Amino acid sequence: MFMVLDIAAKQQLPVVDMASTFAMRQTRMNENKNKRMLWVNHIERIRDQKDQTAFAELFEHFAPRIKGFLIKSGANLSLAEECSQEVMATCWHKAHMFDPSRASVATWIFTIARNRKIDVLRKERRPEPEELTWGPEEEPDQTDVMVIQQESEQLGRAIADLPEVQRDLIKKAYFGDLTHSEIAAQTGLPLGTIKSRIRLALDRLRHEVK
Amino acid sequence: MNNNMYNAIKHHLSDNILLGYSSGSLPEAFSLMVASHISLCSTCRAQLESFDAIGGEVLNSSVETDTPMASDSLNATLALIREGPTHKPVPSRIDDRVLPKPIQDYIGGGLADVKWRAVGMGVKQAILPTSDAASARLLFIPAGAAMPDHGHQGLELTMVLQGAFKDEDDYFARGDVEMADSEIHHTPIADINEDCICLVVSDARLKFDGLIPKIMQRFAQM
Repeated sequence: MFMVLDIAAKQQLPVVDMASTFAMRQTRMNENKNKRMLWVNHIERIRDQKDQTAFAELFEHFAPRIKGFLIKSGANLSLAEECSQEVMATCWHKAHMFDPSRASVATWIFTIARNRKIDVLRKERRPEPEELTWGPEEEPDQTDVMVIQQESEQLGRAIADLPEVQRDLIKKAYFGDLTHSEIAAQTGLPLGTIKSRIRLALDRLRHEVK
Repeated sequence: MNNNMYNAIKHHLSDNILLGYSSGSLPEAFSLMVASHISLCSTCRAQLESFDAIGGEVLNSSVETDTPMASDSLNATLALIREGPTHKPVPSRIDDRVLPKPIQDYIGGGLADVKWRAVGMGVKQAILPTSDAASARLLFIPAGAAMPDHGHQGLELTMVLQGAFKDEDDYFARGDVEMADSEIHHTPIADINEDCICLVVSDARLKFDGLIPKIMQRFAQM
């Protein structure tokens, strides 16, 4: 399945009527959707084949974005560069921990970058929730993977479609240091569907704590 | 797996707190509260991971050309990878029916290892070592006893780990979080059936300016 998507993503999909914004939008949507699955495939190639080409592509897309995130969080240039490399190295080493039925690759990398930010910039202990482990089913269902990746794409579009003022507030909430009341004043994003999908994914995992 | 346990939690963490954890901006003590509650509550774990999903989208849509990596960066990272993962010794989880793993990590063991200090009337507490920005402690209240009247300013979160307590309006059992600001004055009483153990975190400076009901309403409509 990944092979098929892989090819589809690389094809230039023909846009017959350039005036049709709908068609263009659909094309863009499909490309983005396939891109999500492509990133999932990249992580799997890194996990299964230690694929350096896949890693280089992942690096090219995400490393500078992580660097930007760390700079906005208060890191200087050299620290941000160093930490971005460490975050990407962690992606390599922890590729087996990524659950594509629960998060997009971007989300997974965001949490690694955020953790690194706390470790390096705050120099505090970072309490983490108990990990949920896989139950009898070892691998996530491919349909679940597709759905959560699509939901992520839709969430991304919902953010992009927000009025600029609101979008900036969200960016600041995650990328800068807003006070809590400022953070609270924003969003209103449609989290309902993605939350229920994540919940389904969580429910399949083994809950050790009673 | 015991789904009933998860469904039994009625008092959850607010969205502001979960968003604060997701963006990495909470004081350590509050992160400990979130990590502990999430360990027991799938509802809040799903909500937290939804906030993480927003973070992922914000990261994904940020402009990468503003902050290019150094020219030798990829090779340096591949060299870093060849050095192998940096192993931090992760303490293994103890089978403890009261303390979730994040708290075990601060105790360095299970409930039997908690070094309680008596604070009067049978009540005991144990301060957990977090950064100064906020405080965290375990509180032990004998069954049927009133919680000590501890005047506090700012925000205080109390999560039940064993037993239960009730105040004028509500009943809080294992996993439930009570949220109180300086305006709330009440005298919770531990349930008669069992001694009550709670995780309490507080921060005089962390104020939420009455926005909690508003954001809760907004998300409740989703």
